[in-house]
Amino acid sequence: MIRWVFAALLALLAVPLAAQDSMPPAPYAYNQLEDPALEAKASALMHTLRCLKCQSQSIADSDAPMAGDMRHQVRARILAGESPDQIRRWLIARYGDYVSYEPEVSSTTWPLFAIPVLVILIVAGVLLRRLGKRRSDGGEAEAKA
Amino acid sequence: MIAEIGLAALWLAAALAVLQMISGAAALRAGPGETNPLAIYARPAAVVQAFLAVLAFAMLLRSFAVTDLSLKLVATNSHSMKPFIYKLTGTWGNHEGSMLLWVGVLAASGGLLAAFERRLPELTMHATLAVQGFVALGFYAFLLLSSNPFERLPVPAVEGNGLNPLLQDIGLAIHPPTLYAGYVGLSVAFSLAMGALLTREVNPAFARVMRPWVLGAWVLLTLGITAGSYWAYYELGWGGWWFWDPVENASLMPWLAATALMHSVSVLAARDALRTWTIMLGVLAFSMSMLGTFLVRSGVLTSVHAFAVDPERGAFILGLLGLYIGGAFTIFALRAGAVAEGKRFAVTSREGALVFNNVMLSAILAIVLLGTLYPLLTEAFDVRVSVGPPYFNPAGAIFAIPMLLVMAVGPLLRWKSDKPARIQFELMLIAALVIGMIALVSFFGQFPLLPLLGLGLAAALAVAAFLPLRGRSLKRVPVATWGMVLAHFGIAVSLFGMACEGAFSEERLAAVAPGGTEQIGDFAVTLEAVTPIAGPNWTAMEARLAVSQDGGAPVILTPQARSFWSPPQSTSESALLTKWNGQLYAVIGNQAEDGRWQVRIWWKPFVTFIWYGGLLIGFGGILSIVGRMRVDLKRRAASTKGAQRRADVEALGPAAPQPAE
Repeated sequence: MIRWVFAALLALLAVPLAAQDSMPPAPYAYNQLEDPALEAKASALMHTLRCLKCQSQSIADSDAPMAGDMRHQVRARILAGESPDQIRRWLIARYGDYVSYEPEVSSTTWPLFAIPVLVILIVAGVLLRRLGKRRSDGGEAEAKA
Repeated sequence: MIAEIGLAALWLAAALAVLQMISGAAALRAGPGETNPLAIYARPAAVVQAFLAVLAFAMLLRSFAVTDLSLKLVATNSHSMKPFIYKLTGTWGNHEGSMLLWVGVLAASGGLLAAFERRLPELTMHATLAVQGFVALGFYAFLLLSSNPFERLPVPAVEGNGLNPLLQDIGLAIHPPTLYAGYVGLSVAFSLAMGALLTREVNPAFARVMRPWVLGAWVLLTLGITAGSYWAYYELGWGGWWFWDPVENASLMPWLAATALMHSVSVLAARDALRTWTIMLGVLAFSMSMLGTFLVRSGVLTSVHAFAVDPERGAFILGLLGLYIGGAFTIFALRAGAVAEGKRFAVTSREGALVFNNVMLSAILAIVLLGTLYPLLTEAFDVRVSVGPPYFNPAGAIFAIPMLLVMAVGPLLRWKSDKPARIQFELMLIAALVIGMIALVSFFGQFPLLPLLGLGLAAALAVAAFLPLRGRSLKRVPVATWGMVLAHFGIAVSLFGMACEGAFSEERLAAVAPGGTEQIGDFAVTLEAVTPIAGPNWTAMEARLAVSQDGGAPVILTPQARSFWSPPQSTSESALLTKWNGQLYAVIGNQAEDGRWQVRIWWKPFVTFIWYGGLLIGFGGILSIVGRMRVDLKRRAASTKGAQRRADVEALGPAAPQPAE
């Protein structure tokens, strides 16, 4: 088992090297757009898209060739006039919700939004109970004393 | 032989943990006034166990130092050609070694507690040691049964597999040990909380015993997270300093809980309020430590940090987690009713502000926990979602912003009850600073909302941190108060750094031919040459970048693209030019077909303040420990002197001299 996993890991590590050797990165993988406003738009979007090859990194923070290709896609589409939302939806349609770091409310992600609301309610409740009541308690204690 | 000594020491330590547990529990069962004969073993067992566990770790350290390839762990994780320092740090750069470090620190802190803590009632101490022994036993079992670090290979390997190149950095020497020491320091706080709860001794005296442990653990966590963040920043090569990666969150969650606990325990020590709250946070903080260990060690996450993949181990830690957290909360539920709430206080009091912020910290903790665990949960049902900065930043800010505002005001309030009108001037000043700073920055350009708010809050906090000193003679301010002021100022500094990085960073990515120049901010960066060089276990392409600010004398930066051969992996070694007001961050990428080189450059204004702030926070914590310890020692010396005097007076008998009226 361990040996197998290790082999798989080695293979994974070797892939980027092989890919780098065989194919040059797409033009916009490592180059910015001329227009700073468009580049800022693209960059903001890229920071919220997950690199699918490497865990827990956005495509804006990754050396993986696939992240480079995705950066190229994002920049090229921004340049072609697409909105960041359109590009995100296109990528989600292609790779699934997993590619976007910005969860949207859906049947699978609603707890991500419901629970914080619940947390706010609990926080308000705890504060009212601990601090709100205290005043009257304090008053009573002082009245008794 | 070395490895066998280590293994034997580990088994003996586990046996002693059993003895410690039984002995401590026996002490609890003795009736009032009598002593159980077994009870005398708890303290020595803890001390000897500490020695044995540290010995076991030292043996593993030695095996790595000499690259003993007959050990499976060394063969899979080390390499004879690795620089010596990385051979040593590689000891904990893997699953088994890092768990042994964890257990070693756990035993060492238990030993310290047993050897030096004499203030607690003996019964509470025994309950504490019993809990500590119970916790340690679980982790010894985990090590010995499912991840034995001293396993031999039937045939010694010819050469080791090497260490992940990302980990071959001085960061590995600092970050994990500090973080682990912090995680595990919280185990003592946990055991103390449980001990006090079991023996119904939740009072200020207990809080004063617990405080240095909580503060110490919190300082180590703060420094560990700061170091980890800077390490990720320069090592990963893309200039990010916090990724909301589950592994980072695993270290942030205990920190949040420890921050709340530290403040709560101070209230308990000073005011005898917040008793149940302190106990609950004590349980929560260590639960988060164990959860963090579970997340990182079980392999449920696969990220740059997680270098363990084995579901069996995950189930083991999950079992331990359920046992300890479940057990602790059960005892808490059974006993919490018996612990009185403690002293009362008004909403507008220092306690009130601390309670508010503790609740906010807990809420942020809940958000981070949710965002970290939810994707794992859905993955179990084959639905993959990603939760990242666009979720954590705003959701966390909902609670962080009120918290920071209250943090600015809280230290100015009096204990028990205060009138807001008394600090009118300070309130106006803080509000003016927030609004003024935001208005000023917005005047110069359009910036995202959160960094903008961050800048406003940072300005207000920086000033508010020093307001508690107003009108006081600086020479007579207690050291612990200086600690608080510095730590709060550190938060402001860190926040300022984060906000500036978020709002003002500039990025330049370009393909540059040798001799070409790129402009970023005030800097002109010229690629002079790219040359191949070789290190002990890597080869690299090294760029010479001449950086000149406003046409001044150039400074040479040498970023490298390294290729390691064992294991085969390439990394970017960034080059940093640190100025007082920020950092220039340069990375060299691949060569394009036309011979130009990919160069990535960032100018990140005040980014260094993030880590300066972290260091200040840690330093404030250290000052606080020192201050508290000094006061405590003085008090203890005074009380022994007083007791001595009373005893002397009594020994003199009834003829004791009466003070002249």
